[in-house]
Amino acid sequence: MTTTQSAPERESDDYLPAAVKETRSDRIVLICNYTALGLFSLAVLYPLVYVLSAAFSEPKNVQSGEVWLWPVGLSLESFRSIFDYDGIVRGFGNSVVYAIGGALLATVLTLLAAYPLSRRDLPGKGLILGLFLFTMMFNGGLIPNYLVVDRTGLLDTRWAMILPTAMAVWNVIITRTYFQTTIPEELHESARVDGCSDIGFFWRVVLPLSKPIIAVNLLFYAVAQWNSWFNALIYLTSEHLFPLQLVLRQILVQSNVDPSQVRDVAELLRMKELQEQLKFSLIVIATIPPLLVYPFVQKHFVKGAMVGSLKG
Amino acid sequence: MATETIERPQVAPTPAPLPRRKHAQTLGARMRKNWQLYLMLAVPLIWLGIFAYWPMYGAIIAFKDYNVIDGILGSRWVGFKHFERFAESYQFWRLIKNTLVLHGYELLVTFPLPIILALGLNLARRRWYRRSVQMITYAPHFISTVVVVGLIVVLVDPNTGVVNQFLGLFGIGPVEVLSNPDWFRHLYVWSAAWQTMGFSAIIYLAALTSVSPEQHEAAIVDGASRLRRVWHVDLPAIRPVAVILLILNIGSIMSVGFEKVLLLQNPLNLQTSEVIDTYVYKLGFVSQIPQFSYAAAIGLFRSLVGLVLLVLANTLARRFAKSSLW
Repeated sequence: MTTTQSAPERESDDYLPAAVKETRSDRIVLICNYTALGLFSLAVLYPLVYVLSAAFSEPKNVQSGEVWLWPVGLSLESFRSIFDYDGIVRGFGNSVVYAIGGALLATVLTLLAAYPLSRRDLPGKGLILGLFLFTMMFNGGLIPNYLVVDRTGLLDTRWAMILPTAMAVWNVIITRTYFQTTIPEELHESARVDGCSDIGFFWRVVLPLSKPIIAVNLLFYAVAQWNSWFNALIYLTSEHLFPLQLVLRQILVQSNVDPSQVRDVAELLRMKELQEQLKFSLIVIATIPPLLVYPFVQKHFVKGAMVGSLKG
Repeated sequence: MATETIERPQVAPTPAPLPRRKHAQTLGARMRKNWQLYLMLAVPLIWLGIFAYWPMYGAIIAFKDYNVIDGILGSRWVGFKHFERFAESYQFWRLIKNTLVLHGYELLVTFPLPIILALGLNLARRRWYRRSVQMITYAPHFISTVVVVGLIVVLVDPNTGVVNQFLGLFGIGPVEVLSNPDWFRHLYVWSAAWQTMGFSAIIYLAALTSVSPEQHEAAIVDGASRLRRVWHVDLPAIRPVAVILLILNIGSIMSVGFEKVLLLQNPLNLQTSEVIDTYVYKLGFVSQIPQFSYAAAIGLFRSLVGLVLLVLANTLARRFAKSSLW
């Protein structure tokens, strides 16, 4: 491999000129480093593996502590009970709606804000950017935010989940930096000579060139929306609007199984038995959607986040 | 922000490329020329006005006795009554102490760990190894707070949790972790480390890719060991990024993470788990008679302290570390 290859992709230690030999202490450092990284990954991975195994095990084996790494007595019982619990299925559906709707809306707003702010010839740009940045450092607080949602009539509607948190200023900055570094000024100049308007240029040239940053925004907003629960707690009162996380909070954290949500008494008894087990399978189910999305956009995400953070 | 400093230098006034364009356009003309850009900005700005600046205006209820019938404008002004009440309440110092200790501890752990991880990853040269460690360590970032707390609950369960079973092997336990105020801070901080470390390392890894191989080669020729190169070449490369992140962290020391605190909180660990934000939430939404004005006053106090800390941290950083947010 030649030294001209890009920095992060190098195999082995290529800094070393052939004449210089690796010392023993260097080798020890390297081995320690690999070991530490490995142990560290295991520590991060273990809770996830344990929960996954417990979810697929026979409840009694989990209770008695036989499960510690692999599933013992394979069983899908706990997964089946999830689908009998109305709140979970409905919450799942609601969360999908909030995640998709929220991500689309937020991404559109972010792009609309980021592009004009990336143009250096826009009068008043500094002032407008200041307005955005100030909200990162100071906000009205929980109660005034609630009052605004109340006054705008959004309380207890689906919009309350999507609108108040629609735009993250951090994303606007990352997106703006992306535009500044990847869309050359000359491109805009020549488009204007050809009679292209600003909106036309944005639509036909900027957007097609910005797929990575659009993907980053969509993923970021969708995951944030999927994982949010606190806004639902204070803005929503109707149970049929609750997102999955709020239902999960009842079961996982507060250990409440609402009897009215279960179809019959026998079911309820079984549920009580399965309650501990249900927690494991629920954690698995709730974690899957974001984790499924992220390998696809991961590459873009890292790339986009890097561009934004470094050059900004 | 730092973004302003890297703005490309303004091009000196050259002959205009378009024959129609005048040399010195008035501000009004330049604004008219860009009307489409303003049109695009209008939608986000309206959003910003409603959901960011309206609440800031609404924060004036901290100086009023808010009631639903009179609304924000109509309610009676009472000056600093609510702030005084908070400063004199027995909760005051406990809340401040809990908030600062919790986030100070969090900062102490979650600030250096990603740097160490990034340096380690940068040192490892086997690509598949780096990739796998990275994939694994930043997966928890995508898991929701509710699920992370649920995970903690099942792991430390006194009867069935794997942690207590492990301790049982050594004859310890079972330990009631969740209801013990002494354990609350450790649970909070180390679960945060577990969740955010890998993801936070990304930004440092990005900074490390900017180190030129020549620097390392020169150091090797001078006989520098691997550790010395990490210390003298890699670490200085990530210092500017680290300083900026530290400033941001200090600015949010009074606020972040409150959702997880609320989830981990229970009546038995309130002694250490009650922080300013959870208290505001309870005053406004849990107590029988919502005390909006009092809660808003405490929230405003918290925001202002955060802002002051941010400015202070930035000033110090500019003076001593030669890099800053603005």
